[in-house]
Amino acid sequence: MDRRLLLTGFCATLVAVAARAAAQGNARRIPVVARKFVFIPNEITVRQGESVVLEFSAPEVAMGFFAPELGLRALIVPGEVARVPWTPGRVGRFDFLCDVFCGDGHEGMSGHLVVQA
Amino acid sequence: MHADVDRRDFLRLAGVGAGVVFASGLAGCASRAATPSTDFHFVQLSDSHWGFDGPAVNPESRTTLARAVAEVNALPLQPDFIVFTGDLTHTTDDAQERRKRLREFKAIVADLQVRELHFLPGEHDAALDRGAAFQEFFGPTHYSFDHAGVHFIALDNVSDPAARVGDDQLAWLAADLATQDKDAPLVVLTHRPLFDLAPQWDWATRDGDQVVAQLMPHANVTVFYGHIHQEHHHQTGHIAHHAATSLIFPLPAPGSQPQRTPIKWDPAQPYRGLGFREIERRGVAELVLDQHAVTGA
Repeated sequence: MDRRLLLTGFCATLVAVAARAAAQGNARRIPVVARKFVFIPNEITVRQGESVVLEFSAPEVAMGFFAPELGLRALIVPGEVARVPWTPGRVGRFDFLCDVFCGDGHEGMSGHLVVQA
Repeated sequence: MHADVDRRDFLRLAGVGAGVVFASGLAGCASRAATPSTDFHFVQLSDSHWGFDGPAVNPESRTTLARAVAEVNALPLQPDFIVFTGDLTHTTDDAQERRKRLREFKAIVADLQVRELHFLPGEHDAALDRGAAFQEFFGPTHYSFDHAGVHFIALDNVSDPAARVGDDQLAWLAADLATQDKDAPLVVLTHRPLFDLAPQWDWATRDGDQVVAQLMPHANVTVFYGHIHQEHHHQTGHIAHHAATSLIFPLPAPGSQPQRTPIKWDPAQPYRGLGFREIERRGVAELVLDQHAVTGA
């Protein structure tokens, strides 16, 4: 069989497995707390192709999670967990921020998603 | 106003208006260029953040707004009206303190000689109580008015803490625009940019694209906004967007560094980056922007 074809098939299988893992709830859960005015943790490291679910909670006031480069976004309402499934496709360091105005300190409320090979 | 005075000539002869003079051509005005019109001008003040306390970025935070008021009052020709494009006050979790700051701000700007003032909220004024306190002092957070043939539209993209204009206001905007000819001169006033200037710094309006889509069929539209504490000029198609300087501290250029931290006060250049803007409407086809620095003199 053509090696490139084999590789393409392998990658497709990986993606499918990752998607299925996420769908089946096998993805790694990463809890993140959004407090005034910090995400805990504010740096989150994952592996390329790894299926994760970012689980946000906000114990004080409504907050937002927004990673513009990745198109990930969630409203975090107190008393609820906002789940953001994610399977990173590319290596890099991506900014995220709170995009729901939450008070004096909102402008500095940000973090990074780090994707390793 | 000033029908017998050519203000540009007056400014040149008087030697004022130094700094940036930015001509904002209103595209597509040819069909109206022959229409007689009255020149007028207005002033845009923005982002005074009354109540902010941070000596490293502005040790004169208790006096800067009053200085700007005095400098507007000292203009050789007084504007027809003044618009304030939001963040009149600095945010606080304390509802009583918020009202105190709004009250103090209102008292300071009451010293302006010009009596016609139009206020918009910023997220610091309105996002924590969805504009309730702001409305007690300044009335509705979105509205329109007409002046000398120009239709002004004030939009609220801050009372929703998620920076949405929202369906109700979008419907109101559609109805308001329906009253205007497609070639009527329109000026939109708002706080946040209506386009994605720097989403990683929250310099955007979540449904700003829907506002711009409504404005696109109109040939002569100019937007003036605040929020980013610096001059910035941008085009979405034929629509020009002009950001204003602040009256408290400047911020770095969009996306130029990881955090949007205020630029520190430079004792060698006090008030650097702070100022206000005069906007002159000449004929129908041109808006001229004159940037004024707060001098503290």
